[in-house]
Amino acid sequence: MTPGLRRGLFLAGLAGFLAFYLWGLTGLPGFGHYPGPYGFIINSIAVGQTKATGVVSAVNFEYRGFDTVGEEFILFAAATGIATVLRHLRADEDETDSDGAAVLGEGASDTVRLAALLFTGPTVLLGWYLASHAQTSPSGGFQGGVVLATAFVLVYLGGDLVTFRRISPNDLVDSAGAVGAGGFAAVGLTALALGLPYLDNFLPLGAKPGAVSSSGTIALISFFVGIEVAAAFVLITSEFVRQTLAASARSGA
Amino acid sequence: MSVLPADLSLPRAVAVVTPYTVPTALMDALQIVILVLVAAGATMVVLTRVPVRQVIALSAYGLLLALLFLAFQAPDVTLSQITVGAVVLPVLLLLTLSKVRKKEK
Repeated sequence: MTPGLRRGLFLAGLAGFLAFYLWGLTGLPGFGHYPGPYGFIINSIAVGQTKATGVVSAVNFEYRGFDTVGEEFILFAAATGIATVLRHLRADEDETDSDGAAVLGEGASDTVRLAALLFTGPTVLLGWYLASHAQTSPSGGFQGGVVLATAFVLVYLGGDLVTFRRISPNDLVDSAGAVGAGGFAAVGLTALALGLPYLDNFLPLGAKPGAVSSSGTIALISFFVGIEVAAAFVLITSEFVRQTLAASARSGA
Repeated sequence: MSVLPADLSLPRAVAVVTPYTVPTALMDALQIVILVLVAAGATMVVLTRVPVRQVIALSAYGLLLALLFLAFQAPDVTLSQITVGAVVLPVLLLLTLSKVRKKEK
């Protein structure tokens, strides 16, 4: 195939793609004009039906809860995959706690240490708040989980690798991830055992929309998702940190 | 739970008036400004050639994206974007760069 022919093929394909793309664009609704009807239906019935004022969470954990189980297990499988590959790569190397900590710990400046110290507590609080208030605010387990994991990253950024490893031991992180992912699935199976559809909201919804105790399984699922997401992100970060550590130990730095 | 009430007539868009309602023109202007900033930020990330600096640019770009999601009324996505796009992803990339650099020495 000559370069000329190749370019011709590319240009023909590009022209075809552009034609269809522009044709497709003309059929779209105007910017900001939602054609409905599902959004309108959800907006008008969700709060009354689920007693959750955080309608995004109601959609995620109730109306399309089965999709969210799938997304949850995508993250779970990705974190498990990373841990499997990286732990296998590291298997032959000695654990180098104190030396490695000294190597990496010296890098952080006092400013970074102070900022990390100041932000760690509020970050834990914010993450916990987000994960436990899915039913009343536009937050939820995923947001809460990643914020909680950020608190662990802050401890590492503060230069304290020993503390980072002490608060995120493999066994604890692994089992927290399993409990979170399994808990979500178990909530769905409990509904099945009660003779209801999978993931049906079998808990009392509470009388008052917007109360923390309202919305039944939405709050419970969000809590499990928070645990799983925090564990998955801590696991990934932790494995990456140990990779860097292994490399520095090997090079004798 | 999942069954719609039989007499539900499909509701249309209802103008929601809250204490936080902002004039439409102002919101449009805000959205346009942030869209332009995001385009500029993405270009900046691509044009940054030094890997470590590129990661920092990517982190700043992540914050711009978070602003974009906020302006388009998706506060839940904003929260995820701030932590994943501006913190966790750059940290993972920096750790990777650090490992690669040590190997090269």
